Amino acid sequence: MSRDLFRGMTAVLSLGLVLLVFLMAFVIWQQAEASVQKSGWEFIVSRHWDPVHEEFGALPYIYGTVISTMLAVLFAGPVSIGAAIYLAEFAPRRTKALLAFVVDVLAAIPSIVYGLWGSFVLAPFLRNYIEPWLGKNLGFLPFFQGSPFGLDMLAAGIMLAIMSIPVITAVAREVLETVPDGQREPLIAMGATPWEVVRIGVIPYARNGIVGAFTLGLGKAIGETMAVTMVIGNEPKISASLFSPAHSMTSVIVNEFAQATSVLHLSSLIHIGLLLFGLTLLINVLARLLIYQMSWRVKKRNENT
Amino acid sequence: MKILENHRLIWSRLMVGFCGLSTLLISGLLLLVLGYITLHGLPGANLNFFTRLPAPVGMEGGGLAQAVAGSFILIGLACLIGIPWGIGAGIFLSEVGKDSWWGEGVRFAVDVLSGVPSIITGIFVYSILVVKLQSFSALAGGVALGIIMVPLVARNTEGILQLVPQGLREAALALGLPFWKVILKIILPTAARGIGIGVTLAVAGVAGETAPLFFTSLSNNYWSLGLLEPIASLPMEIFRYATAPFAAWHELAWTGALVLITIVVSGMLLARILLPGYNFRR
Repeated sequence: MSRDLFRGMTAVLSLGLVLLVFLMAFVIWQQAEASVQKSGWEFIVSRHWDPVHEEFGALPYIYGTVISTMLAVLFAGPVSIGAAIYLAEFAPRRTKALLAFVVDVLAAIPSIVYGLWGSFVLAPFLRNYIEPWLGKNLGFLPFFQGSPFGLDMLAAGIMLAIMSIPVITAVAREVLETVPDGQREPLIAMGATPWEVVRIGVIPYARNGIVGAFTLGLGKAIGETMAVTMVIGNEPKISASLFSPAHSMTSVIVNEFAQATSVLHLSSLIHIGLLLFGLTLLINVLARLLIYQMSWRVKKRNENT
Repeated sequence: MKILENHRLIWSRLMVGFCGLSTLLISGLLLLVLGYITLHGLPGANLNFFTRLPAPVGMEGGGLAQAVAGSFILIGLACLIGIPWGIGAGIFLSEVGKDSWWGEGVRFAVDVLSGVPSIITGIFVYSILVVKLQSFSALAGGVALGIIMVPLVARNTEGILQLVPQGLREAALALGLPFWKVILKIILPTAARGIGIGVTLAVAGVAGETAPLFFTSLSNNYWSLGLLEPIASLPMEIFRYATAPFAAWHELAWTGALVLITIVVSGMLLARILLPGYNFRR
């Protein structure tokens, strides 16, 4: 009797969690409905965002999110993968624990603190040193034209990179550590160099898990709010130049939510939230599937031997 | 042949060197961020910060006492939701629904939920509480932070319970103890320390959440104790003060960030010291 009661209680709490995900989706959809019905798919391709005339198109914000996230993954990718490999394969045991802690702390620093640091330290540094240099030497490229602002797309990309590095590193490291030694030993026996062991034995085996780690980092970067809002410049521009201020899906919601007086304006902001929710849901499901598949394979292999 | 061998070795050293450098870079980043926060935040970290309300622009000596207090109230509310719900779900994942498709489904939901951006949770709680109650409130802020806590607590609880040896469960069951007594009286006390640390980490994690508070608790320049009124919180005040055009306010923001970082890092250090070697999931 009470056995079933106890099981039932934990089951209800868990069921509640699953329901919560659906409830969130439903409620946000409901709030966004006014805008969904008025703008439809036009919402995604139109670049007119004019609350006074009640015209809403989210393209500049989607553009800002997509580009800043891509920059983040571009910057964070090599560093995170390198660090994950070092931590999993090469680091001496003692330093390993310390370095893993460093990565954890970096992941735990609140977004608002990164934002503060980014707007007062990173942005001026970019404006005064990096961006003038890039403009002078690589100014023929469309990405590095215009006057340096500091609070711009480049700053947002770097900020997001710094914030997704610990996520990608930590997950990729865990994935690499699940690779069985049977993948390494034969190569070592044949006289492979340490890097060849990693390249031939470890990375191909862990490929899906590593892609999963990247996808998780991407999901984190897309939903990131405070740090981006504080460094991206908050102007709805679509410009090829990374020196141009921009806006992102999260930053526009934070910036305009309090001033949104009309129902449609509020609904349009939540519409952006809905798109964001759908996107992160998709990305996270994908990432988890990739990582699960990897750990299933390891489990199966262990059962067979 | 000799040259070829050398080439392979050199390439290997280069790549291993690159991996080491990446790790160094990450450590450097951490020092850079922590260093600046300490440098700018420490001068303002005095008694005034914790005991005074913000001073009007141009006046000296204000603090963020109401924000520190507000953060504690919000976190307390979040714990009321996050701890029981999270631990319950964790027990289900580890003990009841383990290995069933149903358990896998719940685990998947937990993972998905922990990937939902906190801004979305904020909008959700805004829609169900703030709109209904027609006011930003401490209650809404607490609920939002609580929802964010649940998956964190659930995953850590599950992970810790997995460490309890299977033999302990079997021995207890063999003595004829009912299942719920085995869990509540034997397994949970054994794992209590780990679960506690997992909760601490979750608390440290939500302490710095800012985005959901925009839509729920908003902010307040004065003390507020009513659960249905807007309430100040450290992260929100840091944002307001950092984006204001006054140098004195920026200092308050830096100090606020230092306090926040101290809370987060000491939580993690505590976990490291009390349970070395265990890898808490994020």
